[in-house]
Amino acid sequence: MSTNNTSKEVETTGHVWDGDLREYSNPLPSWWLWTFYGTIVFSLIYWVLYPTWPIGNDFTKGIKTIEVKDEQGKVIYDGHWNTRALLLDEMRNSPAALRQKEGIEMVKNASYEQILASPEMMSFARSMAKGLFGDYCAACHGTGGQGVLPYFPNLADDDWLWGGKVENIQKAITSGLKGNMPGFPTIQGQALDDLALYVLSLSGEKVDAAAAERGKKGYAMCMGCHGADGKGNAMLGAPNLTDKVWTVANVPGAGSIEGMKQEITNVIHKGIKREMPAFGHRLKDYEIKMLTVYVHEMGGGK
Amino acid sequence: MKHESVEINSGLLIVLTLVAISIGGLVEIVPLFHIKDTVEEVKGVRPYTPLEQRGRDLYIREGCYACHSQMIRPFRDEMMRYGHYSLGAESKYDHPFQWGSKRTGPDLARVGGKYSDEWQTQHMVNPQALVPDSVMPPYPWLLSTELDYSDIEQRMIALKRTGVPYSLSEEEFRRNVEEYGEEMAKKLHIPNAKATLEEQAKSRNWDGDPSRVTEMDAMVAYLQMLGTLVDFSQYEEGYFAKFR
Repeated sequence: MSTNNTSKEVETTGHVWDGDLREYSNPLPSWWLWTFYGTIVFSLIYWVLYPTWPIGNDFTKGIKTIEVKDEQGKVIYDGHWNTRALLLDEMRNSPAALRQKEGIEMVKNASYEQILASPEMMSFARSMAKGLFGDYCAACHGTGGQGVLPYFPNLADDDWLWGGKVENIQKAITSGLKGNMPGFPTIQGQALDDLALYVLSLSGEKVDAAAAERGKKGYAMCMGCHGADGKGNAMLGAPNLTDKVWTVANVPGAGSIEGMKQEITNVIHKGIKREMPAFGHRLKDYEIKMLTVYVHEMGGGK
Repeated sequence: MKHESVEINSGLLIVLTLVAISIGGLVEIVPLFHIKDTVEEVKGVRPYTPLEQRGRDLYIREGCYACHSQMIRPFRDEMMRYGHYSLGAESKYDHPFQWGSKRTGPDLARVGGKYSDEWQTQHMVNPQALVPDSVMPPYPWLLSTELDYSDIEQRMIALKRTGVPYSLSEEEFRRNVEEYGEEMAKKLHIPNAKATLEEQAKSRNWDGDPSRVTEMDAMVAYLQMLGTLVDFSQYEEGYFAKFR
């Protein structure tokens, strides 16, 4: 404590508590005071430039304006400054958006053949589609496209339920898919067992040949979708029954022929309903294009 | 009044402090009720149907808002991930709104139609079965519990009092027919509520079993309509910037 202060009389607020407690009333530090005046000046300027004061059912818009143009130079917003208009500009003209636009333009104007053949375009599509896939597709199909059996198909294998061409994949993403195998609850007992064994024989499981032969007759009902040879039909999303890839019935995990048969009869009995939502209204065309090549590459494509 | 008398009288000090603080809040909030641009002029926003409304009640009951927001903020990264920023108009019939700011899980403002009904159901029963890294707790009872909608009319009447245009009288019903079309107006008619709720629950395979009305039916119906009411392709890009 410095001693020379004791002689100086410091101004107090004049309030006294408990008989002798007083409060000093020192002047505010000048840097503080001037900052305070500065904020007042700042707010006055702000009122003039930006939307601020409510007046009745409207508000003062400020004199600062923003003009946002689209790619063709057409004005899409011309009016008072606000954060939504700033965003509109940022979405189109920020450095990140412009960098992205270069790649997007490149992919937009290219055919699938060109994109698949160009390492540069593929690398851009991969980087952008990875994020899209993570947000829109991975919830069902997994981050690596591995799927969740029996609900959501594996995209990373070479087995394509609805076709593995880019056109098939694009259509699936745009319009969604509705997979529907009706249940056949009327097939029961011996006939059901025989049919299941026949289906197993299609993919080369060693089953009772006589029973499978009997089941062949019942298979007539399945031919419409799965084909006479059991090879399936990608137009209907009807899987190939001869390739040992099982997406619903857990045949590989069943262990015994009896268990496999049980898995197959369950499916025949109950049928299958699966649905993939349509993303055509949610994603832009070029986003779907990039997702398409991403998914195509994931499963080795066709 | 002398400054000293305020300082030594704590009751008066509390009252005057409250007055001073509420002025700050009031000047920010009250004008928003009067400014016509607060709620954007946009087509498609309607009240929740009885089934969706019950789903919304369950959303609140289960505390979904503790981890999920329903507010896409006007930033580039949010637009890239979630879609168009949320409009004031989109939550004008929300009581209470579910905007939130805590995102342990993703924002749900536009989750409607993003995943299939089956995914929503399976995910609610066991999130980690579908998304291994997820930290969301399971909600299996939604699937096994029958939906209690015995008091749906009262719930709708309560919302009607806050300004949600559900209809009670024939006249209000006709007004809704004009506004939302006959099919939707029937769903928003309080005397029909139980019947339309059942009808909607059974009209689609919400939880995989159309024969029962479960809590999952209501929850999935609610989630699947979130953020789907406004068709943004109908509006010029700059349109919504005019309202701020």
